[in-house]
Amino acid sequence: MLGRLTMDALPFYSWVAMGGAGVTVLGGIAVFLLITYLRAWKVLWTDWLTSVDHKKIGIMYVVLSLVMLVRGFVDALMMRAQQAVSLNSEGYLPPEHFEQIFSSHGTIMIFFVAMPFLTGLINIVVPQQIGARDVAFPFLNSVSLWLTASGAGLVLVSLVVGKFSQAGWTGYPPYSGIEYSPGVGVDYWLWALITSGVGSTLAGINFIVTIFKNRCPGMSFMRMPMFTWTALCASILIAFAFPGLTVVAGQLVLDRTLGFHFFTNGDGGNMMMFANLLWIWGHPEVYILILPAFGIYSEVVATFSRKRLFGYTSLVYATACIALLSFTVWLHHFFTMGSSSNVNAIFGIATMIIAVPTGVKIFDWLFTLYRGRIEFHPAMVFTIGFMVTFVIGGVTGVLLALPPADYLMHNSTFLVAHFHNMLIPGALFGYFAGLNYWFPKAFGFKLDVKWGMRSFWFWFIGFYLAFMPLYVLGFMGMSRRMEHYADPTWQPYLIVAALGALCVLCGIVCIAVQLYVSAKKWGSARDITGDPWNGRTLEWATSSPPAAYNFAVLPQVEDIDAFHDMKIQGVAYKVPDHYEDIVMPKSSWLGPILGGLAFVLGFAMVWYIWWLAALCLVLSLVCVGIRSFDDECDYILPADEVERIEKARLEQITPADLHDMRDFLPVGPASGEILPGRA
Amino acid sequence: MIEANSGRSVRRSFKPFAAVLLLAAGGLLQGCGLSDAPVLFPKGPIALAERDLLFTAFAIMMIVAIPAIVLTLFFAWRYRKRKNGAVYTPEWDGSWVVEAVVWLVPGAIVVVLGTLVWTRTHEFDPYKPIVSDKPAFRVQAVALDWKWLFVYPELGIASVNELAFPADRPLSIEITSDTVMNSLMIPALGGQIYAMAGMRSELNLLADGPGVFTGRNTMYSGDGFSDQHFKAHALDENDFTAWKEKVAASPDVLDAKTYLELHKQSVANPVTYYSSTEAKLFEIILRKYAPIMGPYESEAAELICRGAA
Repeated sequence: MLGRLTMDALPFYSWVAMGGAGVTVLGGIAVFLLITYLRAWKVLWTDWLTSVDHKKIGIMYVVLSLVMLVRGFVDALMMRAQQAVSLNSEGYLPPEHFEQIFSSHGTIMIFFVAMPFLTGLINIVVPQQIGARDVAFPFLNSVSLWLTASGAGLVLVSLVVGKFSQAGWTGYPPYSGIEYSPGVGVDYWLWALITSGVGSTLAGINFIVTIFKNRCPGMSFMRMPMFTWTALCASILIAFAFPGLTVVAGQLVLDRTLGFHFFTNGDGGNMMMFANLLWIWGHPEVYILILPAFGIYSEVVATFSRKRLFGYTSLVYATACIALLSFTVWLHHFFTMGSSSNVNAIFGIATMIIAVPTGVKIFDWLFTLYRGRIEFHPAMVFTIGFMVTFVIGGVTGVLLALPPADYLMHNSTFLVAHFHNMLIPGALFGYFAGLNYWFPKAFGFKLDVKWGMRSFWFWFIGFYLAFMPLYVLGFMGMSRRMEHYADPTWQPYLIVAALGALCVLCGIVCIAVQLYVSAKKWGSARDITGDPWNGRTLEWATSSPPAAYNFAVLPQVEDIDAFHDMKIQGVAYKVPDHYEDIVMPKSSWLGPILGGLAFVLGFAMVWYIWWLAALCLVLSLVCVGIRSFDDECDYILPADEVERIEKARLEQITPADLHDMRDFLPVGPASGEILPGRA
Repeated sequence: MIEANSGRSVRRSFKPFAAVLLLAAGGLLQGCGLSDAPVLFPKGPIALAERDLLFTAFAIMMIVAIPAIVLTLFFAWRYRKRKNGAVYTPEWDGSWVVEAVVWLVPGAIVVVLGTLVWTRTHEFDPYKPIVSDKPAFRVQAVALDWKWLFVYPELGIASVNELAFPADRPLSIEITSDTVMNSLMIPALGGQIYAMAGMRSELNLLADGPGVFTGRNTMYSGDGFSDQHFKAHALDENDFTAWKEKVAASPDVLDAKTYLELHKQSVANPVTYYSSTEAKLFEIILRKYAPIMGPYESEAAELICRGAA
């Protein structure tokens, strides 16, 4: 009846495991009670969970991401603590527990922090940047969110019921095969990857169609904001790369569940195929994570330098180059698998070529700073911190791309330091910049600057403290994923790294305080105009938070910096001649239901509860059927209502709220009459 | 010690404070435990060449990296908002000169590095035999849970968790695994290669002279992974003969039955010597995972191949 699910699945085997389970369960209960206490269930269900509004879906993605960030970071803290004390001793974590922690840390940070964060930001911002009223497929958007959430749910449940994978976030077979990992851990990992992976694929397709089809009049490709460009490239990568992950995970499921031999030792299996297929997804994935961050830096650096973005065309081509090349380098993840010199050399060179467009981007941002009027807002400070630190990661990346050097550094903590150098100052700083930058757009009030700066400094210093020692330890011959070690010269470095992790903890606390403090005094930080930073792109033309339809009248775009241009021309905030009826998508309960079914399906497959899995599959098909026969999934917002909303908004704005565009008068050698518009 | 040597040579030719500086740097390295870092101070020509490539590439990249970091900080400071009098050009958004430099200079660096990659990757192919006036010393390494078995086909002996070889001969290791994927590495001597069941990979190394180096599996393989390291002894002629005699005197014999015992999971397995091994043990372990039907060539082969089945 319950497959292999018995009472033994509960974590009574160790205090640490019970603690983790307890915190998870209590956290869940606390949230449940809080919502009940606030009598918020109905509002939550009708206004949020069932919503297909891209902005609300985006916010829910980011909330999911921040919650999972805390979970993933606790893992990191535990690992650093273990390695700081485990010289010639077991430390406080037995190997089987340490292994679960590094596996879940990687899985959570990639799939349930970075992916939802960037998907959330794209969701909130891209439709507004291209002057659209929603994404192309609003319901599909909701399904994507809930599939991602169901994957995250599986990872969280593994903490309470059963164990998580011990095979690392990359799950290389044959270790992850049924022979060497007979428990449920790898299955949890696989089903979390499959459900969230399908969600990501659908989201990617949705954004591609949105950006191709929903742009407003005048928004040609070469007038799209950089963030939209990077979102487009990342979405194309998602659509091409994620199916590869789903397939390879599916193959491993077949191996484990039905006794197939894709990747087993012997019987015709070949684990090298797994490595290839995984990294054919895995390398583009790196760029899926980082390209949107590059887009955010581009927006932030132009806005807070009070300048046009330098080398827009160059940046667009560099982004496209990176996206294309990202599919040609996957083999550099396993130079040491014994490929011939020709193969290794070609992939090494291909990897280095990516460094060129990436370097170009850095210099283009650099020259955007040049002769600007820079404001050190937290978003901008994260950007500058990124530019300085990312260069180091780029250099170490090229070092690892030299096959003979990689033979020395592969599987070492140098490698760990390198990819964290790309993902923390590279991707995550970008998302944090985006959080500080677009928060007022999403919620209508600004985030506290002081706590934002504190969070930056803790993250920035914490990153250096935590990862520079790991670079050094790589030179000293320390491998990754070691539960304990025998070399006393390593310990001082590991202690410094643990202090770095504590510093990052302060950074995370600062973000929490920043959110709390800002929410508490939101009235004084309200964003009345919808344009708190004197922004340049179209998302600042809407109100903050935007009306459900974003734009009452679709804007006409004349320039790359569309909204800046409108403000200069004096056409921003103009009352249109007349309003029209707007067709809007209806909320649907099918999104969360499908996500819930995917969660139960995954859970049933993990525990071999076949009847339940079959039932969920049938019910999911029924849900899809119900949706496809539903002809009334839109409603019409009448013109009167639109007019009422817009009038109320425009009446609030007084001339004193508007930015003084004379600030953009050039000074110095280039001063002169350039301001009103461009040719 | 390397830092001591450099200190002396400097004192002869340069000003004293330079020597002090270098000694201080040396002391710092020593104090940070870096003077023993196997990657920075390798003990063999292969590792040395790989390290030099690392340093060369690092130096070349500084041409771009240093200006990028310095200019970022400089521009951020120079053009900060509160500063009066700085030039402000809000409409300036492109320059062919700048674009040409930022595309072409990194491009040129990649051409240089790419050439290096092509030549060095071929030169230091781990499979390539090392040119030497002496024949290579052959060892067969088998990754097990969680230990390394070294078989010496020339000598008919075997050892667990200890590798010994004549210091003056190149070391040629054939590698496979009788468990999950592993990766064999002796950082002071050079790079690593994966060990995979049913497959034979190769690693060719050379030591500068006699010495003891740490080797390990770098590829996470389960609970005993942290303890899966061993000492590699490069021995001079006398010591190697003594070592051979010590192993040959061992009462243990690595026949098929002992191998099956050894194959079972064990953590921090003690160093063990075997005075003789099953014939063609390495080939049998390879064959264990081959999809071959039909009779086994020997009883031992059948035992080993089906033992784990």
